[in-house]
Amino acid sequence: MKKGNRRTRAVIQAAALAMLLLVVYAAGILISGDAVEGDFLDAGRPPCLEHPFGTDALGRDLLMRTLKGMSVSMTVGAAASAISAGIAVFVGIAAAAGSGRVDAAISWLIDVMMSVPHMVLIILISFAMGRGFQGLLAGIAATHWCSLARLIRGEVLQLRSRHYIAVSRKLGKPEGWILTRHLLGHLAPQLLVGAILMFPHAILHEAAVSFLGFGLPPEQPATGIILAESMRYISAGLWWPAVLPGLTLVWVVLSVDRLGDELQKILNPFSAQE
Amino acid sequence: MSGNIAVRGTFRRLVRVFFTCSIRMLSLLLAVSVISFALVTMSPVDPVQQYITGLGTAVSPEQRAKIEDYWGVNEPPVRRYMGWLSELVRGNLGESALYRRPVADIIGERFLNSLALMLCAWLLSGVTGFFLGCIMGMYEDRWPDKLLKRICYVLSSTPTFWLGLVFLIVFCVGLGWFPVGFSSPVGVLRADVTLWQRIHHLILPAFTLSLMSFANIALHTRRKLSDVLNSEYVLFARARGEGPYTILCRHGLRNILLPGLTLQFASFAELFGGSVMAENVFSYPGLGSAVSAAGQNGDVPLLLGVTLCSALFVCTGNMMANLLYRVVDPQIRKELR
Repeated sequence: MKKGNRRTRAVIQAAALAMLLLVVYAAGILISGDAVEGDFLDAGRPPCLEHPFGTDALGRDLLMRTLKGMSVSMTVGAAASAISAGIAVFVGIAAAAGSGRVDAAISWLIDVMMSVPHMVLIILISFAMGRGFQGLLAGIAATHWCSLARLIRGEVLQLRSRHYIAVSRKLGKPEGWILTRHLLGHLAPQLLVGAILMFPHAILHEAAVSFLGFGLPPEQPATGIILAESMRYISAGLWWPAVLPGLTLVWVVLSVDRLGDELQKILNPFSAQE
Repeated sequence: MSGNIAVRGTFRRLVRVFFTCSIRMLSLLLAVSVISFALVTMSPVDPVQQYITGLGTAVSPEQRAKIEDYWGVNEPPVRRYMGWLSELVRGNLGESALYRRPVADIIGERFLNSLALMLCAWLLSGVTGFFLGCIMGMYEDRWPDKLLKRICYVLSSTPTFWLGLVFLIVFCVGLGWFPVGFSSPVGVLRADVTLWQRIHHLILPAFTLSLMSFANIALHTRRKLSDVLNSEYVLFARARGEGPYTILCRHGLRNILLPGLTLQFASFAELFGGSVMAENVFSYPGLGSAVSAAGQNGDVPLLLGVTLCSALFVCTGNMMANLLYRVVDPQIRKELR
């Protein structure tokens, strides 16, 4: 039995997913540093009731470490996608509103960004910033804005040809006023969805770069670092440090993806009739 | 006679498109070289110190000053860049501080390894992705479609390197079917490595890498095929009594093969990025593991070299996608004229 119409269901699902993600995030922050301290008597325990994810080779509880790492990853992902979305808005509007030359220059710049694999570019930027949190954030923020900027450019071009914008211009409203009052309001829902759908990419790249050792320092419990550490113990038969934190990451990414889809359904008025 | 002219016109157009694409590619590569050089210059990692650490002997301050002089570390960045670029044009990429060999040699050797890996993954993901996409499109909204779509979504949210780890645990440690790493068995001379041993080492990394990109092509094919199957000419074909497989062969494949192929060529950047991860997990000696090793150890010449090489690789893929699209698709071909 399905209750309510599609939109109501979408709202409920989105709210539930957002709550779940918030709980994971809050849990990661609230867990004290003591909970991830190692206890050598407990080293290498497989998953059991006391340690649902088991313990790693240093005796640290993996569930606690995974949760803590997840919240770090989510912080990086959220900050990077927010910055990236900001860049995308700026670049997209500049391309659509500026002269033809600006547009050509921006499309060339996007081509330049696209012609280096993201991983390589993130490694380069992280190398340039001396690794660590800042380098990671800058690298991920600098590589993810391209497709959203293209989307926004197209949207703005379409909006600018609408009648009400033309009327507004004929009434003598300055460009800046039109931009903030008419355009940004229209772009906001798309931007929100775009930023949320960018988040999974950002978080996956964060994990990958940390895994390679270019991201967060090794003492910080980030997902990529836990997985990188687990590599060393694979041949010793410790499968849980690699499998379970990774599964958590996949789950978070899937939930955020789903959240973005549901939000899109809610924000897009045409979906009510589907 | 007229056919001859048409062929000549096609050829001329091809040359023109190729020419403009090449110029664009050159400008992109130049920009990439400037940006990557600027980034490396910004880095707090001191290349001279890294070089000296790599030497393994103590170096007096005078000797250090000599090295700095020889390398031109204290010159302004623009002159350094010009020097690097002029050497680059002559084919000299410098010497790797990590491996103590010319960067060009390292890249040449590792590029072949990477190419084998990426080519296998590319073909595998293209063929399976296309095939599964066709199945999904044919059975739209029925259980094969729903199942495959779910798998595609889950796969596209799964980090490649984690998948590689899981495969390592299951197939190498658990079942022992495949070797744990490297591109050839440990302790065997390079000349003695058989083709089968190479392939044996290649299977798992290539499979992992192909899983990364195949969801993309499958979903794309599905959408295109469902567009075709919902069109009126397919409705008419159905009314004429054509079965689903005849429709797929006559109307479906012809319309969806080309966009799929173009998409596959345009995915070189993701392919390379994925190979960085796959090569690191499986300790496969390719460009991907070289770039992360170079970044870790502050090996600036190697880092720059691999970056340029990856940009060249991606640009070639994009150019092929462009050319394919323009030359083969009659609609775009007309616009070009």
